[in-house]
Amino acid sequence: MSLLSQISNWLRLTAEGLCQRWGIPLLFVDLLAWMVAVAVIIGLVLLIVLIFVYLERKVSGYIQTRLGPMRVGPIGIFQTAMDALKLLIKEDIVPRGADKILHTLGPILFFVAAMLGYVVIPWDDKAIIAKYVDLNIGILYVTAVGSVGIIGIIMGGWGSNNKWSLLGAIRSAAQMISYEVPMLLAIICVVMQAESMSLGRIVTGQQGAYLSGWYCWRPWLWLPLILFFIAATAEVNRVPFDIPEAESELVAGYHTEYSGMKFALFFLAEYANVFVVGLIGATLFFGGWLSPLGHPDPLHIPGFFWLMAKAFAIVIFLMWIRWTLPRLRVDQLMALAWKLLLPAGFLAIFIVAVVLLYI
Amino acid sequence: MPAIQYGPIGVIVVFSAAFAVATLIIAYLIRPADPYSEKLLTYECGIVPFGEAWSKFFVRYYIIALIFVIFDVEAIFMYPWAVVYKQLSGPTALGLYPAVEMAVFLAILLVGLAYAWGKGDLKWIAET
Repeated sequence: MSLLSQISNWLRLTAEGLCQRWGIPLLFVDLLAWMVAVAVIIGLVLLIVLIFVYLERKVSGYIQTRLGPMRVGPIGIFQTAMDALKLLIKEDIVPRGADKILHTLGPILFFVAAMLGYVVIPWDDKAIIAKYVDLNIGILYVTAVGSVGIIGIIMGGWGSNNKWSLLGAIRSAAQMISYEVPMLLAIICVVMQAESMSLGRIVTGQQGAYLSGWYCWRPWLWLPLILFFIAATAEVNRVPFDIPEAESELVAGYHTEYSGMKFALFFLAEYANVFVVGLIGATLFFGGWLSPLGHPDPLHIPGFFWLMAKAFAIVIFLMWIRWTLPRLRVDQLMALAWKLLLPAGFLAIFIVAVVLLYI
Repeated sequence: MPAIQYGPIGVIVVFSAAFAVATLIIAYLIRPADPYSEKLLTYECGIVPFGEAWSKFFVRYYIIALIFVIFDVEAIFMYPWAVVYKQLSGPTALGLYPAVEMAVFLAILLVGLAYAWGKGDLKWIAET
């Protein structure tokens, strides 16, 4: 990682020198750096999404005492790449009565919204992009762009002119807005503890001997931790909260009428959202890029690796839950959000407020 | 440099939208297209669909959305408070004042929640 940052520093200085010689404003160098960093982030996210889809099928296979994909490549590792290729060359069917513009815009908007959150993640203490975008409202920004995706779902569901799609879309919207409130309340507890909304400062606030500083060890943050993970699972529409696409009642929910690449965009974005949950969960409660071996890391393992390890652990936990628990009913789902999680969120804030007064 | 921080967000909007549009265009160029009347019907469990999908739906969704707006705005009010809470409370600063202030604010909101709850608006299936 230090070699990488040396190279990037050298590149940056060279580019700035060239800019000064040719009279181009220095903002241009920034723009170039952002473009490279953003391209790397998008590429990384797409790669990790492919890995997640493969992992999900393998994990579900092993949970159900099957083998999962085995045919394409050794132990099936090229399965999802082949699936992506298949979706690319598949016919795209837009139903006759559909609103063509909304039907196309829906998946694009959902995909863009899923990508937006990644820009503020503190990947590492030395990462280039993290230097620019450690926004002082970081976590608020993540939750805000997280709910933009609802509009994409509604557009897709409404634009399909299919009853299943419309039902799935409005259920999805109702679920995502209902569970956003407990999630915001759980995050408020962490913000109170960290005294900052910046994700970078939330991570540095968790420094301590080995892993003792992580917020998951403070008993008054256990309730927010549980609330956050329940609400976040519902936000990304995963079992036990996958009412919007419950195949036994709604066919496929809002993407019933989607095929080919448009479906692939919805699918990619859903897994991208799951990865955001893993990253944010790791950042808020499990020390982000901080190494459990001590700070600075005695083995010089980059923080990026630790963040990835934590995010993968969280995502595999979510997969485990998905293949273990049955689905909730829609009325139970709403009752859980408004009658249990919301009061529990206020209780959590009260507990944190009292504890912070007396320590 | 406060405003320049938001630059990469603009870049990621452009790039991810470009990626989505580019894949759709590539797929458009290489995929087969063979639409016929039956294929273009919407799926409705195998029967010929009757009626429009763009029709009335359950009013309860509006009520959920209304309650959500209240609590979402309330959460936005709480974030700045949460940032300065530790700094402002305690014996050296304002003591219990920030906690009591927020408790009063939340109590008013919770009366609203209790009203909606008591009225049965949080029940998905209303009693008739």
